[in-house]
Amino acid sequence: MSGDAGVWIAAFLTLGIFSFLYRDNPVYKFCESIFVGVSAGYWFVSLFWQNIYPKLIVNLSGAARDLFSPPAVGQATTGGAVRDTLSQAMEGAAASGGMDGRWLYLGAGILGVMMLLRLVPKIGWISRWPLAFIVGSTAGLYFITYLQSNAISQIHNTLVPLVGPGRGTFLGLGLPFHIDWDALFIFVGTFCGLVYFFFSVEHKRVAGGVARVGILFIMVTLGASFGYTVMSRMSLLIGRMDFLFGSWLGLTQ
Amino acid sequence: MNARAARTLLGVLVLVLLIPPSSADAIPTAALVEAEAVDTPDDGGGSITVRWPGIPGAHVVRLSRREFGGRDSLIVVTESAAEEGEYQDNEVVDGVAYEYRLEALLRFPPGPGGAMEELTTGVVSLGPVSSSGQWFHTGRLNILIAVIVLTSLIMFYIERARRGASIFVRRIAGLEAVDEAVGRATEMGRQILFLPGTQDMDNVQTLAGLAILGRVGRLSAQYDARLEVPVSRSLVMVAARETVKEAYLSEGRPDGHREEMVYYLTDDQFGYAAALEGMMAREAPAAVFMLGCFYAESLLLAENGNAAGAIQIAGTAEASQLPFFVAACDYTLIGEELFVAGAYLSKEPRQLGSLKGQDMGKAIILLLLVVGIILQTSGVVDAASWFTVR
Repeated sequence: MSGDAGVWIAAFLTLGIFSFLYRDNPVYKFCESIFVGVSAGYWFVSLFWQNIYPKLIVNLSGAARDLFSPPAVGQATTGGAVRDTLSQAMEGAAASGGMDGRWLYLGAGILGVMMLLRLVPKIGWISRWPLAFIVGSTAGLYFITYLQSNAISQIHNTLVPLVGPGRGTFLGLGLPFHIDWDALFIFVGTFCGLVYFFFSVEHKRVAGGVARVGILFIMVTLGASFGYTVMSRMSLLIGRMDFLFGSWLGLTQ
Repeated sequence: MNARAARTLLGVLVLVLLIPPSSADAIPTAALVEAEAVDTPDDGGGSITVRWPGIPGAHVVRLSRREFGGRDSLIVVTESAAEEGEYQDNEVVDGVAYEYRLEALLRFPPGPGGAMEELTTGVVSLGPVSSSGQWFHTGRLNILIAVIVLTSLIMFYIERARRGASIFVRRIAGLEAVDEAVGRATEMGRQILFLPGTQDMDNVQTLAGLAILGRVGRLSAQYDARLEVPVSRSLVMVAARETVKEAYLSEGRPDGHREEMVYYLTDDQFGYAAALEGMMAREAPAAVFMLGCFYAESLLLAENGNAAGAIQIAGTAEASQLPFFVAACDYTLIGEELFVAGAYLSKEPRQLGSLKGQDMGKAIILLLLVVGIILQTSGVVDAASWFTVR
């Protein structure tokens, strides 16, 4: 059995969360509150050190320092230890005589401050602008990404020859060609699945029949996905059991 | 001979031709003439690509770089087997000219001194070459065409809808049930729980979820139902508060609105799920809406809502989580059904026009699939290559 106080606390909290399997109880409530509070605090600190500090503070302070005391040729700019790819590229642009792109982060900083103006009721409406910026830019950026991954690449992967060279058989009959059943299955599934997602057409008659085949394909896919995902959840459970019986109780190696 | 080849040939400096007399291998250093250094095409800049042919007789090629005309010593950027290959040098600054030196080497096992013996058999200087970004990626022309076609269709149908053309939208059971769920919660005097997923505002599923929240908020305002929206992202909290406030104002019920209807729990996925599990067990909501992007917490939430006896309407585009919602919820919006919710519920002409335009885009895709598969199967044209994205 472990002599580490941290392991004991973790084991207690794990069992406290598991106690919900019986019913809601004060121990679960206690563990839940700790979980929510600690994780909220953790994320706050994590986001500060992963975003605000390296992207805003480091870049702006570095850019300001270089503005007032430019680095000598060949000398590294003073971006700081933690820099992302964009800021490094921007520094490169600055080094080659272009505008120091790190100042762009100032725009992001201003948007962040505008968001905080929500806390001032009289000018709280200003916080809608950064929100509109995020929603609009997100929609524009992902339009291309999704078109590429969900449409163009899907079409590409579906366009596989349905028949190939060589002799094949179908229902016992000899054929002068070989049918690629996988490709046929993918084509029919994609076609019918897409018809299901037609919203401006009533799903009746032919469209209804094809859409029905489509939803059948979707459900079979979801069933397979269910089994696969359940197995991955089992591995999470095994991980916790391993902690309880191994790290805590020392019953397993 | 073109200018580049001529330049490269001029740049060839066969500095060492000292072949050990014992070596019978021919060293065709002339192969190095075919090496080239070019600005990497179709990129955002900051990259130069060096290509070289297979160099028979050599064991290794070594690539070095320095600023063109500079007196700095060469920096080795890579070494690889003397087979045909290329290297993308991403350590360069746009607009700065560089020269590269490609050496073909012979390597012998360590001698008595223990050090690996190395013999340069040929050298070529490449450059000057500089990198720059390109505005247009030629490998993505198909995406551009798709964007133009799709946006044209959407704009055309939006314009038609604005002029009063009627647009049919088929019945979506999950969205029809929204009114029923809110009504049920009102009758039972219990809470409505709306969960917009665990992702931020940069996820379109969250946006789609908030579109439905607007409708749920309006119904809650009408029926004076108890709506609660716990969220896991600060930006989502801001957006959801705006949405709910707008809904209450549009129904003429500002008195019924409270900011605290929408509140933040934690960014942590399972912390959020743990809090909601407890909330569902204690409050026993009459209706639970889970509309947005969900991951591993989906079954935890859906199962608890089910155990609490709530009517559950879920929707996500995460294919791996849909099975859990299908299994544990009363209604599930599958993938794109979630995205059409805004148009479906609002019946607003512009949104309906957009929906119709997207449907027409799908019709074109269906047509391309049928024509493409015929061409591909017949072997006349490689239709799949039209849809290759680099």
